[in-house]
Amino acid sequence: MTRGFLPGLIIALGVLALGLVVAFTVGRYPVTLAELADVLLSRVTGRPSTAPAAVENVVLLVRGPRVLAAVMVGAALAVAGTAFQGLFRNPLVSPDILGASSGAALGAVLGIYFSLGVIGIESLAFVGGLVAVAAVYVIGSLLQARDPILVLVLTGVVVGALLGAGIGLVKYLADPYNQLPAMTFWLLGSLAATTASDLLPLAGPVALGTVVLVALRWRLNVMSLPEDEARTLGVATGPLRITIVLAATLVTSASVATSGIIGWVGLVAPHLARALVGPDFPRLVPTAALLGGGYLLFIDTLARTAAPIEIPLGILTAVIGTPFFIWLLAGMQRTWS
Amino acid sequence: MTLAGRDLTIGYSDHVVGRDLNVALATGEVLALLGPNGGGKTTLLKTLLGILTPQAGEVMIGGRSLARISIGERARLIAYVPQAHVPTFSFTVETVVLMGRTAHGNLFSRPSAHDRMVAARVLEQFGIAQLAPRPYTMISGGERQLVLLARALAQEPQFVVLDEPTASLDFGNQGKVMREIRALAGAGHGVLFTTHDPNHALRAADRAYLLRAGERIAEGAVGAVLTRERLEDLYRAPVEMLTDGVTGHTAFLPG
Repeated sequence: MTRGFLPGLIIALGVLALGLVVAFTVGRYPVTLAELADVLLSRVTGRPSTAPAAVENVVLLVRGPRVLAAVMVGAALAVAGTAFQGLFRNPLVSPDILGASSGAALGAVLGIYFSLGVIGIESLAFVGGLVAVAAVYVIGSLLQARDPILVLVLTGVVVGALLGAGIGLVKYLADPYNQLPAMTFWLLGSLAATTASDLLPLAGPVALGTVVLVALRWRLNVMSLPEDEARTLGVATGPLRITIVLAATLVTSASVATSGIIGWVGLVAPHLARALVGPDFPRLVPTAALLGGGYLLFIDTLARTAAPIEIPLGILTAVIGTPFFIWLLAGMQRTWS
Repeated sequence: MTLAGRDLTIGYSDHVVGRDLNVALATGEVLALLGPNGGGKTTLLKTLLGILTPQAGEVMIGGRSLARISIGERARLIAYVPQAHVPTFSFTVETVVLMGRTAHGNLFSRPSAHDRMVAARVLEQFGIAQLAPRPYTMISGGERQLVLLARALAQEPQFVVLDEPTASLDFGNQGKVMREIRALAGAGHGVLFTTHDPNHALRAADRAYLLRAGERIAEGAVGAVLTRERLEDLYRAPVEMLTDGVTGHTAFLPG
């Protein structure tokens, strides 16, 4: 089960590179590889592009922001999922285990209900995710259990259920002709509305959280051991746990605020990465990030090209993720390699 | 150096397990902690490790209060060998042992070349160097216990504390772990271990500490403390004592 780090990393990079090429070239307005290279090179070197203006528009304005957003959201969810799986010592954990997605969803549907506009909705979603996880963490800590991890997860489930009820209530009260479809669309996840102005508010928190998690990658190994062992190995588990939860929640909330709820990526990407490079977190975190970015790129390309209308990302990730995960389970029964 | 618990009241937030316990362990000696289930062995062990905070009294190490020593420095003084278990993720044996080096680096560091050297050395010492690239989940229970011992030594501690190191091991591996415990003391470490088998205490320990219902029943050199009468009293069960005619070694049989 010791797989090489370099081969695994190269495969992950290859997946991302292929995903980028496919995402830029495939679509209702096909772009050839030569045109793509020409447009991108002209941006780098500053010389005018020889490609038609329409191609330049498609690459830089239409697909560009969406592609970048897909890579960032996919990578962010994968890194957060990797960190949470280690922290909760459970390979079935996804980034929304502590209520980040439910909190963000409640924030978003409230934003839509009060007709706040895109920035207002995304801000509320972001804050909702952070507040939900903070509430779970504070309640979990106040309960002072001997197994803080288990209590944290259970508190997450309970608070998540409450948030779900809140979402249901807002949907019930919403205007069924204007607001309800918008809510449904948001809850299913989509990058269709991504513009260049979305990128900075997404990139900032994602970069910050990812840098923290990458910096702590060796400690993540130790945090995946039972609490007593981690502490006798010299790790201050309490402060470190808060830091990891905060960093993972930051990237998850920023992603969900931009794209709506996209399940499965944060669960599947870490598994794929483990299959490639093994469970050692210093290898796992960068590999999972690359795979998550590449994976969501493929899914998003499928979402906008497979049918005459946009297919919501949440539906595609589930349709692809479920059989994939069952296949994974069949192959990995002996060990969560 | 001495690791000592002074007038300890041990337990959890909702109940007290034991009161007025005094225990001391010097470097170079082996202390065995014996007693019936639920008697407070594990609670005392975790208190001495600093995992549980004593409700009264103090744990001292080298004349300093353990409570005032950072968690990183503690890990460089006392190593813990838990009961071997199968972890969630299949880290390689080398990675598991390298985790013992965590307290020698800073918050953001990864194992250095020196750390890898130490890990290789302790694996060699236990004769399991060939396991290094194997997944920890795929080796035998006896090998796992040795890997955890190697991880503890990689911490380069003064004291090694083991929770039932022979539980769930086959007969041969029990003997191997006993020998390694003696070797640790020979190399200057102070060793504390809990066990359900008085014979293991006789075999590997210098002194024994008998604990029942949170109370110290007896403490002293194993030969003096571990007698038939005292074991019958400790476990409230009949015990038979055998003596080898050649070596003069004694052993106990339950029932």
